[in-house]
Amino acid sequence: MVRFADKAQVDFVVIGGGGAGPIVAKELSMAGLQVVILEQGPYLHEGDFEHDELKFKDIFDPPGIGREVLTRDHALQPDTFRKTEKEKAVVVPFIEYGRCIGGGTVHFTGNYWRFHEIDFHERSKWGELPGTGLADWPITYAELEPYYTKAEWELGISGQAGANPFDPPRSKSYPLPPMPIKSSGVLLERGARRLGWHPYPAPLAILSRPYKGRAACAHCGFCEYFGCEWGAKSSTLAAVIPAAEKTGRCEIRPNSYVRKISTDMRGRVDGVIYFDHAKQEHFQKAKAAVVCCNGAETPRLLLMSKSNLFAQGLANSSGLVGKFFMVDLGSTCQGIFEHPLNDYKGVRATRIVQDFYDSDTKRGFFGGGGIDARFNFYPISFALYGLPPGTPRWGTEFKHALIENFNRSMTLYGHTTCLPIESNSISLDPEVKDAWGLPALRITYKCHPDDLSTMKFFAERSMELLDAAGAIKKWAAPVEDATSAGHLMGTCRMGNNPKSSVVNKNHRAHDIPNLFIVDGSSFVTSGRNQPTCTIQALAYRAADHIVSTAKSGSITSSI
Amino acid sequence: MDSRREFLAGAVSGLSSAWLYLHWPSVLAAQAHARRAAQSGLAIFEFFSKEQAAEVEAVAAQIIPSNDTPGAREAGVVHFIDRALTSFDRDKQGTYAQGVAALQTKVRDQFPGHDRFADLAAQQEIQLLTAIENTEFFELVRLHTIMGFLAKPEYGGNDNHVGWKLIGFADQMRYEPPFGYYDREFQKGGK
Repeated sequence: MVRFADKAQVDFVVIGGGGAGPIVAKELSMAGLQVVILEQGPYLHEGDFEHDELKFKDIFDPPGIGREVLTRDHALQPDTFRKTEKEKAVVVPFIEYGRCIGGGTVHFTGNYWRFHEIDFHERSKWGELPGTGLADWPITYAELEPYYTKAEWELGISGQAGANPFDPPRSKSYPLPPMPIKSSGVLLERGARRLGWHPYPAPLAILSRPYKGRAACAHCGFCEYFGCEWGAKSSTLAAVIPAAEKTGRCEIRPNSYVRKISTDMRGRVDGVIYFDHAKQEHFQKAKAAVVCCNGAETPRLLLMSKSNLFAQGLANSSGLVGKFFMVDLGSTCQGIFEHPLNDYKGVRATRIVQDFYDSDTKRGFFGGGGIDARFNFYPISFALYGLPPGTPRWGTEFKHALIENFNRSMTLYGHTTCLPIESNSISLDPEVKDAWGLPALRITYKCHPDDLSTMKFFAERSMELLDAAGAIKKWAAPVEDATSAGHLMGTCRMGNNPKSSVVNKNHRAHDIPNLFIVDGSSFVTSGRNQPTCTIQALAYRAADHIVSTAKSGSITSSI
Repeated sequence: MDSRREFLAGAVSGLSSAWLYLHWPSVLAAQAHARRAAQSGLAIFEFFSKEQAAEVEAVAAQIIPSNDTPGAREAGVVHFIDRALTSFDRDKQGTYAQGVAALQTKVRDQFPGHDRFADLAAQQEIQLLTAIENTEFFELVRLHTIMGFLAKPEYGGNDNHVGWKLIGFADQMRYEPPFGYYDREFQKGGK
């Protein structure tokens, strides 16, 4: 493992070691470039993960975000939230993201949905949508397709090509067969077929067979919210970091929290200032920077990096850094069945249905999505949150309900569109600071009415599906405006016009030639709330462009 | 996302898990100690007095009662709570101390001749808890009882996995399909 000297200038500093950063870092270091990844969180390994709901599940926080071993601690990094720009934002936990090497890919479900062709040109197909910034991407599905394939084969994705009639075209099948079906998957499949829909095996970033020296999934069940003790979840921690380190040109530097990207007199990035674990400041010199912090922290860092030359923040001549913030929207319904599902065994979700993926004018609103059937509650969280509405909260009937329902329950998640709206944003709170004295993330967010309609539509379809599957009891969570966010998208959107976008189609900042931004912030639209696959495909694609730019000599302009 | 969070709404108290993470080895060692003590029949409590422990155990036993199957009492939930209050949930000690005292005041007010909650008849206990079920104290005991019933036994509760066995959960490093009724039928071609 390489450790660069303190004052050494590296070719690239990659800020953020989550779903995207390690991919870029690995590709750059494989191409012969020197890279350091600065990650604010710790570098945990398989041995640090445990089957321990009390330690890892999200029940520790005030209602209810934050798994603080693997994610950020809101006590140290507070958020402020308001619905509209007219309001004063108040402190409330809102944003959740993975805060460790591997980021959210360490604890995620592993749902690995490609975007469809339509996701890249919804504006052209459906026209202007008042009150939104709906726009086409500057790239097409066809341009990204080779990188979807690359991501699937590099990381190890299990799935069945051709099983979903709505799937976009693909150049290659999945490297691994789908995970074995669980009872929740059988029930989704049964219900969907009765309704004339087209269920198919969930593509998952989890190994159904041994792959590239990694073990196959053992179906232990401690999957979402947990780090995989087998290394079978295809996180960047398990699937990318080892190869990056092996190059001898990529240093992983955890517990390193960047507070500013520094620029020289000519407005080129010359390094970054960061805090180490002991809150000591360091300066990392670099010829170029790649920002991969996520859709909330990336714009925050750019805004915190303002200077005399860049009074509005870095890469922000358009004024759009932080704008068009999009979050994970959806619906949640739960059903109880006659026989035991034992759904706590195995991965979370094994079947999906995408019959309502694209918008449809007949529905009377814009938006679409997909539904997965999943195990949703470990024992403690089931007792706290998973029982049918109206169940007594303690006593004999409560206990009886625990016995009756734990193993006969499943959840349907609808994953739906979140429209890009300029006033939905990430900005710096003018008053509240984090434990390092930096401005807190300020979220301004209100759902578009069509997004609420889409969520309601998916709750209704899910209830139909539960009925068709034979549920003996079912209920739906109320559809309401978002009060938290985990999939963070769209705050540095890509585009061809520097006046209406932050990065170009190759993730290079319009304003600064040696600054690249590669994460969910590049998204122009949200797809259907399953962004990881596309974030990672974009990362592989961006890395190709960054490597060729570096090789052409046009990056080292700050020296 | 919001509706999901609202769905999961519930007055969940904040535990300092950052502290928990830092002090994990010592917490686990202490839990193991408490567990051994419990198993050896010695009722050793680090925070509770014997009387407080009996009162808290009686409350927990109404939240998850023992009937034809084991409840909070058999799971040793009170040991989990005692350890929680001397480790990761230290800042909740006052809620328990004051909560138990207030509970005993209510016992004396409503059931003259009785001093202790644990001495009441089951119906009297239920009546009293129903009256306080929206208090911070009751919410916390409820949360801790559920945790102590269903968390890893290493924390001092869920003795002999009674909580897990009751709901039909097992903690293993490996399973093989079929996992449940419907996928077994599906495999057999029954669909």
